[in-house]
Amino acid sequence: MAAITIEKIEKSFGATPVLRDVSLKIADGEFLTLLGPSGCGKSTLLRILAGLEVQTGGSVAIGERVVDGVRPNWRDVAMVFQSYALYPHMTVQENMAVPLRMRRLSAWQRLPLVGRFRPGTKAVAAEIETEVMRTAKALGIGHLLARKPGQLSGGQRQRVAVGRAMVRQPAVFLMDEPLSNLDAKLRVQMRAEIKELHDRLGVTFVYVTHDQSEAMTMSDRVAVMLDGELLQVAAPQEIYANPDDLRVAEFIGSPKINKLQARVRDGGLAETAGTSFTIPADIALGTDVALGIRPEAFHLVEAGGHNILTGAVRLVEHMGSDLYVHLDVPGTHHPVIARLLAERAPQITFGRTLHLGVKPERLLLFAGDGRRLRPHDHKSASLVKMKERVQ
Amino acid sequence: MRAQRLAPPSAIVRHAVLLISGALILIPFVWMVSLSIKSPGEIFRASFSFWPEQFYGIENYTEALTSSPLPRYMLNGVVVCAAILALQIVICAPAAYALAKLDFPGRNLLFALVLIALLLPHEMLALPLFILGAKLGILNSYAGLVFPYVVSPLGIFLFRQFFKTIPDDVVHAARLDGFSELGIVSRIMVPMALPAIIAFGIFSVVSHWNSLFWPLIAVRDQNLMPPPLGIMVFKNEEAGNDYGPLMAASTLVVLPLIIAFLSAQRWFVEGLTGGAVK
Repeated sequence: MAAITIEKIEKSFGATPVLRDVSLKIADGEFLTLLGPSGCGKSTLLRILAGLEVQTGGSVAIGERVVDGVRPNWRDVAMVFQSYALYPHMTVQENMAVPLRMRRLSAWQRLPLVGRFRPGTKAVAAEIETEVMRTAKALGIGHLLARKPGQLSGGQRQRVAVGRAMVRQPAVFLMDEPLSNLDAKLRVQMRAEIKELHDRLGVTFVYVTHDQSEAMTMSDRVAVMLDGELLQVAAPQEIYANPDDLRVAEFIGSPKINKLQARVRDGGLAETAGTSFTIPADIALGTDVALGIRPEAFHLVEAGGHNILTGAVRLVEHMGSDLYVHLDVPGTHHPVIARLLAERAPQITFGRTLHLGVKPERLLLFAGDGRRLRPHDHKSASLVKMKERVQ
Repeated sequence: MRAQRLAPPSAIVRHAVLLISGALILIPFVWMVSLSIKSPGEIFRASFSFWPEQFYGIENYTEALTSSPLPRYMLNGVVVCAAILALQIVICAPAAYALAKLDFPGRNLLFALVLIALLLPHEMLALPLFILGAKLGILNSYAGLVFPYVVSPLGIFLFRQFFKTIPDDVVHAARLDGFSELGIVSRIMVPMALPAIIAFGIFSVVSHWNSLFWPLIAVRDQNLMPPPLGIMVFKNEEAGNDYGPLMAASTLVVLPLIIAFLSAQRWFVEGLTGGAVK
């Protein structure tokens, strides 16, 4: 059982900084996902937790113990790799037994042939065998123990990799994009299985992925990383509904959030694309802001006006239950995407003008630097005012 | 890849070229075998045939095995080649692992030195090695035959190229599982690189089995001589113009190599190309 405390981790490869001042507390038994595009430093952070990479600055503690400089195998962590990293010359049984053999048998006992005759070897070896068997059965790979990794399918290899991590009962599981080599159907299935495994074992999981659906469906909390920085750490629904940063809002959600550049006008209105939206009144006049509107925040209305976007239909994507409607709105650079109910389909045809209403409480407001401006958030509002005065 | 059928003229040319080059390489061997089963009179006859009129093989081979210490030479060859190969793997595999998978200052410089060593002919080092061997007092012993070859630049290079193709994640997994760095080399890297090791093993055994130059310098004792040197000495001292037994002895010397190569052919090709295409 172990909580993880990551404090002010810095990492650079040569002159290139990869991680900048990353601090994070992961609770005991939590499922935390590090989410970010490739190259954001999430895998590097995971390898630093495992001890496979040494940080340039900062410190990591697992449980009560600071583990900086502790060898990977003494950290009580197990890792599942994207490429599974099974040993191809060993059978599944041997692959899964390795971590136990390395811990419970002495170097002498591990010697081939000779080791068998050392006192105690037999008993320990039998014990290891039963434990491997039990883990393999739990994962549904009991019948594959005699095979080599080369004779297994992707999903089976994935299970063996999980089994090898599980068999030694670590305090922390680290998973580095374990599902990205599987096909879409299997990925959804394994997603559920890993989540179940977490519920059953109750140990801490740190899961790295670039796939937001994995992050959203499995995690207790999601940590969004970008360019080596931790942007927001929160529960999945919180990350989606209440992003701290425009980059988080843009990264999470598919189709992407609509971003409209707007300028604050008198009376708590933001002007954009030939219309205006109601915003919290305490933002200074003339400030440039970005309005974020999720595709599902739109609803169809009859005529244009205040809090309503008007544009021509450019593309309609049928998704079964929903329609993704791409609109050309005058005064915006990108098409606006709205998610509407499928039964609206007959009304929505190419080139037709649509009016899309947005309730003010569903507007997400961001400052020019991407920071979220929250209603009644006096600190950020006064900050904007201060900036205004300086200018 | 699908086999392509060539138009008859180009097929004929291609096969002719292959046949001629194949024949050029094979004829000396066939001749050797042919001479080893002929009687002395027939060897110097003006007319030419591959198959002898009178089969004299048993006499020649018996003569080769009894009048010279050929079995002793071959035993020396086995001992020396086995010792060299075993020590080469013990030394080259960790070195190659360090060059392929560990990050340390000066790694590229060290690898450049390995490449330079790969370019130098071993004969160039004969004199310094001879002096070194004399100072250490290991000349005229098995150690004197083995020692100069235990660090093989070719071995380090070949293994490094193969280890590079093994994903870093495997090394990481092994570290998490509790292997020491030397444990990773011996339990993970070497078994995974088996094709490369077999290919290198054939190279090493062939060149040291056939090696004449260094043994000629390093040993005087007949009981230590590897097969080619033994045969040379034997020819000068005993056989004179008795070519039949000499060719029989030569045939016996190359036979183990041919058998070894044919049985390991599959791995040999895989090991040499494996690193390139993976």
